[in-house]
This record gives sequence, C-alpha cells and structure tokens, in this order.
Amino acid sequence: MSLVSKIVTWARIKSPWVLHFNTGACNACDIEIIAALAPRFDIERFGVVLKGTPRHADVLLCSGPVTRQIKDRLRRIYEQMPDPKFVVAVGTCACSGGVFKGCYNVTAGIDTVIPVSAYIPGCPASPAAIVDGCVKLLMSLEKSEEQAAG
Amino acid sequence: MVSKSRSENVQIPIGPQHPALKEPESFLITLQGERITKSGVRLGYNHRGIEKACEQRTYIQAMYLIERVCGICSHSHSTAFVQAVEEVAGLQIPRRASYIRTLIGELERVHSHLLWLGVAGHEIGFDTLLMYTWRDREVVMDLLALLTGNRVNYGINTFGGVRRDVDAAQMEQVLKGVDILEERTKYYITVATDEVTLINRLSNVGKLAHDDAVRLGAVGPTARAAGVARDIRKDDPYAAYADLDFNVVTATQADVYGRTLVRVGELLESCKMIRQIIKNMPDGPVTVKAPRKVQAGEAFSRYEAPRGEDVHYVRGNGSDKPERVKVRAPTMANVQAVAHMLQDGYLADVPIVIAAIDPCFSCTDRLIGVARESGGRGIMTWEQARQAGIEWHRARGIDFTRLNETFRCGEPR
Ligand code: SF4
Repeated sequence: MSLVSKIVTWARIKSPWVLHFNTGACNACDIEIIAALAPRFDIERFGVVLKGTPRHADVLLCSGPVTRQIKDRLRRIYEQMPDPKFVVAVGTCACSGGVFKGCYNVTAGIDTVIPVSAYIPGCPASPAAIVDGCVKLLMSLEKSEEQAAG
Repeated sequence: MVSKSRSENVQIPIGPQHPALKEPESFLITLQGERITKSGVRLGYNHRGIEKACEQRTYIQAMYLIERVCGICSHSHSTAFVQAVEEVAGLQIPRRASYIRTLIGELERVHSHLLWLGVAGHEIGFDTLLMYTWRDREVVMDLLALLTGNRVNYGINTFGGVRRDVDAAQMEQVLKGVDILEERTKYYITVATDEVTLINRLSNVGKLAHDDAVRLGAVGPTARAAGVARDIRKDDPYAAYADLDFNVVTATQADVYGRTLVRVGELLESCKMIRQIIKNMPDGPVTVKAPRKVQAGEAFSRYEAPRGEDVHYVRGNGSDKPERVKVRAPTMANVQAVAHMLQDGYLADVPIVIAAIDPCFSCTDRLIGVARESGGRGIMTWEQARQAGIEWHRARGIDFTRLNETFRCGEPR
C-alpha cells in the first residue's frame, strides 16, 4: 500500500462524517441516533461528526421504511454525496419495513432504493447498537482497504 | 436553491432535508430582505398510512403499530388508542394499571421536554445546553428501560391494563432518579431565568398572542405559553390524573421564551406527580381480561401528550379488527400557528420558531381520501378540501374564514 493511500484510508476511517436522514421513521430511531451523539454514548470519540449537508458526508444514517414521498429525495441525497459513500440502515423498519410492512405508502426498507452497507436492527435500535454498527462498518472498511492493497 | 420572483421577493425552500430540521418536512419561506412575508408548509413526507394499516390488523397488532406513530410520544398514542378501545369494549381497568400508565406518561413527558430543551438550545447555537440536557435525559431513559424493558416505544399498554407490574425496588429507583432530575430541572430554571443571552435570544420571537392561539386552535405548551390554561389532564382527567395534585403551568410571554418557561415548569410538575404516584400506588392486579373481538361502537379519547392534546377515534364493528381509526396528533393542531408566528419575523428565527412548537411530523403526516356522497373516490387538493370544509361549516352556521388571512398552505412543489 502506498503511503498516500495509507494516509487516505487512515483519514477516512478516523473521521467519518455522517448525515442523518429520516426516511419516514417514527422518530424513535432518530432520537436514538442523537442520543448516540450525546455525552453518554458519545460516538464522536470515534471521529464521527454529524453534518448538515450530503455534500460533506461520507456516511448516510437512514432511519425509516422509505415512504413514497421521500423515495426520490433519498435517491437525490445519495447521489449528492461524494464517493466513497456508505449507507447505514438504522432500525428494523429501515432494514426491512418492520411494523410498517404492507402499508400502502411505504417501500420495504432502504435497500429497495439505494445500496446499504450496514444494517442495525432494533425497534428502536439502541444507541449502543448504533455505536456498535458504526464501528463495525469502519472496521470492515479498514479490512477491505488492506485486502485491496494486498 | 434561491429563486427570484417579482421585485425583491425571494423564495427559500427549507427541507425536506435541512440541517435545521430533524424530520423531513418542507417549508417555503418568502422573504423581503430579511423579513418573512409569507410562509407555507408542506406535509406528507412521513406519511406511512398507519390509519389504513390499522384496519387490516387485529386490535393487538394495531396497538403496537399505533405506538409507532411517533417514537417520542409513543406512550401518548398507545394510551389514547387503548383508552378508546377500552371504552368501546366497556372495559374498566384496575386502578394500579391506570397509575402505572400515568407514571410512564409522566416519565415520558420528562424525557420529551428535556429533549426539546436540548434541541432548542441547539437551534440557537447553545450546544452546551444540548449536551447537558441529553446527558440528564439518560437518567429518565434508564428509568423507562427499567420499568418497561425498552428505552423508547415502551409497549407497556395492553387492552385492560398494563403488561408489567412495578415492584418496590423499581419504585425506589424511580424516586432516586426523580431526585436527580428535579435538581437538574432547578438548574435549568436558573439558566432560563438568569441567562441573559438565552432570554434575549428567545424573547419576542415567534409571537402568538392569547386570542390567536385560541383562534388557531393551538394546543399544549404552545397554547399555555400564551396564557391559555388548557390541559386535558385537568380539563378531562383520564388514567389517574383525577387523583393527582398538580398545577397547569402557563406563561404570559406568548413567545418562544414563554414556551421554554412552560416546559421547564412542567418538568417540575411532572417530578411532583411521579412522587405522588409512587406514594399512592394502589395494590391489586394490573390487568383485566380483554375480549379478542370488540363489540360494535365508537369512542373518542383525549390525552395530554407532551406536545398537546392527542385525539384518537376508534370505531369497532364486532370483529377483531377496528373498522376505523383516526389520529389527530398535537403537531397537526400547532402547525397552523407556525405560519402566524413566522409572519414578519426574521429568516434567522425560522429554526427556533419551528422547533418551539416541538414539532413531531411523524405524528402529523396524514392523508385524507375522499369518498363522495355521489359515489366514487378521489383526492382533493388542499384548496378544494379547505373550500369543502368552509362550506360544510357555513351550512351549519360556523364561519372559519378569518383563518384564511393568516394561514396559507404552500403550493405543491
Ligand atoms: S425501527 Fe421501530 S423505532 Fe425505529 S423508526 Fe422504525 S418503527 Fe420507529
């Protein structure tokens, strides 16, 4: 692995910037995401910073089963994010539709619209699970970068 | 994303994804310089079709779905729904169950108001407050997890009572937690009354006078901050509230600062109520047997959620599935007032004014399908629906058209 790509990987893994987007969630997973950022769980210690715009974000934290209204917006936000980008589905309904499965206005989960890198189940996903999911995602990035470098 | 129309009017769309909004909702603000001349809101990004889905689920399944109308006031929705169904089924729940429901309800109010205080701090750039309140909020989250098994979406209600009892050790824990919360609340009251920056930033922002609050049908802390002493817990007591001694907190400021004072005041009242509930917790069973099928009939249930009056309507037809469920969440009532509050305000105040009603759009997003009397179904535009509403009321001698001057809904974009 060249020095430059090593530095890039290091930087990418040490400070992922996240964007939170509610795609029709009941709000519980959203407040748990904020709780994960708050002092008790403090996901910032892994370098995670919450950003307000997709153009600054590396990771998209999505909660909710994707309503039909939000579907196109979700796709647009995903397209606005710079590469490489990762999507985390937070909560059972973001993973599969959960309790809302079969409702006329929802699709069944984030991965019906955009590719998802990590799934965090739970209704709502507890902050501890969210921290765990994000760390696992970062670790898997580290591994895949190493493998790519041989 | 700024488009210019005529003269110097500038239109700014805010949302559905915007750093100042925690939920997907879209506002269209028209500006003249820094001043807001017109504002509109577009709802519906969070509409999942829960009311319809309830009709395809059994009562028990619908209860868990209703709980997920909103994750912040989940207990409010599930209690309002359960109360309505119990009324249709003619069930009388044990006193201990109603005390436990009230206990969870008040703990939920504490968590919700602390959450709001933090978000409000964040919106005005006071992130220290956000971190403080969210740290303290973990105390009440732990209590909720202890009592119900889950931090959010407690799932404690069931038809005929509650699913879990509380034991003496848990009550002891709750009392300990309440002591901490009360002490912290007193600190926030000091912050809210002494901190000059906070007072100056929030005063005279998002004005909603008493008469306007009544006219626009505001509910909850938004109305109480304008001096409207409306509280379902007092006016139409449910669960155990008739036995409790508490005050309805109001303020006279009628602005965002007033709403802050009302909410921190309510935190103290909630602590007081929790102590009373624990002290007077009656003995006995926590459930009565509920039938699987609910007889035909309809009921209307009101609940004072942290954000205001939550109304549920349930109609049963003798089967194990509800025939119709209708939810009117508090934000739906308050969102009308937002346009009024924003009028002639500054663009920079938009986030805090919106946040000040403590909006919960996942509660609010509803859709109305229209079945015409002449047969056939259709979808009405907002204008048509409003016109139809005006005419319906006028035919019955009520005229709401004065509302038109203040509230205009944004055109679909
Ligand atoms: S997974 Fe459950 S708690 Fe989370 S947003 Fe969906 S319904 Fe709400």
